[in-house]
Amino acid sequence: MKRLLSILLCFVSLSVFANEPAGEGAKAEGFNPGEMILHHIGDSHEWHWLATDTGNFTTYLPIIAYRPGKGVSVFSSKHISNGESEGPAKEYDGLKLEHEKLVSTDGSKLYDFSITKNVAGLIGSAILMLVVFTAVASGYRKNHGRAPKGIQSFFEPIIVFIRDEVAKKNIGPKYERYMPYLLTVFFFIWFNNLLGLTPGAANLSGNIAVTMVLALMTLVITLASSNKYYWAHIFATPGVPKPLLPIMIIVEVIGIFTKPFSLMIRLFANITAGHIVVLSFISLVFIFKSWAVAPVTLAFGLFINVLELLVAVLQAFIFTLLTSMYIGGAVEEHHDADLQIGYNEDSTAPHVSH
Amino acid sequence: MLPAFLSPELGLIFWQLVIFLLVLFLLGKFAWKPILLALKEREDNIEGALRMADQAKIEMQQLKAGNEKLLTEARLERDRMMQEATVMANQHREAEKARATAEANTIIQQAREAIQQEKNAALAEVKNTAAKLSLDIAERILRRELTDPAAQTQLVDSYLKDVKLN
Repeated sequence: MKRLLSILLCFVSLSVFANEPAGEGAKAEGFNPGEMILHHIGDSHEWHWLATDTGNFTTYLPIIAYRPGKGVSVFSSKHISNGESEGPAKEYDGLKLEHEKLVSTDGSKLYDFSITKNVAGLIGSAILMLVVFTAVASGYRKNHGRAPKGIQSFFEPIIVFIRDEVAKKNIGPKYERYMPYLLTVFFFIWFNNLLGLTPGAANLSGNIAVTMVLALMTLVITLASSNKYYWAHIFATPGVPKPLLPIMIIVEVIGIFTKPFSLMIRLFANITAGHIVVLSFISLVFIFKSWAVAPVTLAFGLFINVLELLVAVLQAFIFTLLTSMYIGGAVEEHHDADLQIGYNEDSTAPHVSH
Repeated sequence: MLPAFLSPELGLIFWQLVIFLLVLFLLGKFAWKPILLALKEREDNIEGALRMADQAKIEMQQLKAGNEKLLTEARLERDRMMQEATVMANQHREAEKARATAEANTIIQQAREAIQQEKNAALAEVKNTAAKLSLDIAERILRRELTDPAAQTQLVDSYLKDVKLN
């Protein structure tokens, strides 16, 4: 399973690199695919739905900025944004947009808490999740003790799968405490991955700030639930000769942080890469300005998009699985398997590693 | 300097933290808790029902085995009783037969003895009567003092004629 996953992931990330030069090569023309792609996967202060010949359909989102000394200013991004059209940077209340980044005109320090496209998407997905899962929960109230119905029967196998195959297997008997986090994080990532694939919607799970917060939460939960065996394993790794311990301690301590770091990068990179690939294939149309390229764009675009549907659920699953593995490692009561290494030479049983 | 899409923005970090925690709290309270509880309850119910069904099955089997045993016992008892009754009846019949035979033998014996007695008595009487007749005949012969032997024989015959009737 894991090997299959890594092959898939390699495939996705390799195709990203393979397509990057294609984006670079078209810079001379008016259309810049690299810029377009980065604009699409990035955040923005207005929500641009679609462009037609008569104009752009854009929702201007609220700007919330805090400047030390000046306090909080709240206003619509309509005052400083040009939308999709070109034009001189507009200024309002001493603030302006520089490549979608809010800066103050006099260069003073600024904390941007604006409801950007991603924040709006985040609120939307949060509401969606609340609506969906309270509906599921109400199904359990209505069909109490009976077979699930409707939306409840769609989500029940997934919830049971997360509970039995992910939480129970990796965390052990203490899994119940972590179920709310695991379920929330799984569905949050999955929903936002799917929403990110929807044209016009925000690319939330492909944003490093979002994945960073999720990874940090996993780190905090892991550390908060760690027991003495976890720390003993880090500072006195069983089976390691004494002179090697200082190196091992450094390695293990770095390991505490590389785990969530890999979570952050994996989710961010996979989703971003998928978006870049899809957008690259769409860009081909604008680069070649020819109908002939349409079959290629359609076929590959569709293929990558369907692959992304798989990656959407896969990445949610991997994040949840690894989170429960890290928690499982922190709450595990004894390390029998590890103690066997080096001490039990005549042991014929193969050591099962995770 | 990292490209824009690689640098996490403070605003989004803040909102993500706040909204995710809010979602976690709300879903935990209003969705995951009731869902997981209901799932557990249902699983426990199903497991309980299955266990009860198994137990009922075992009990049924035990009951069936008990019934079978009772039936077998009853059959054995009946056979035993029948056998006993037959034996007793046979014994009874044999005893009756033996008793009847003995009684019959006794009666026959008694009859035989009675007949013997009667016969002896009759023989004794015949002897007595013959002796008496002989005496009578001899007396009469002696009394008539016959000379003629033919007349004597005639006389004996006439006397004997009289005797025949008795």
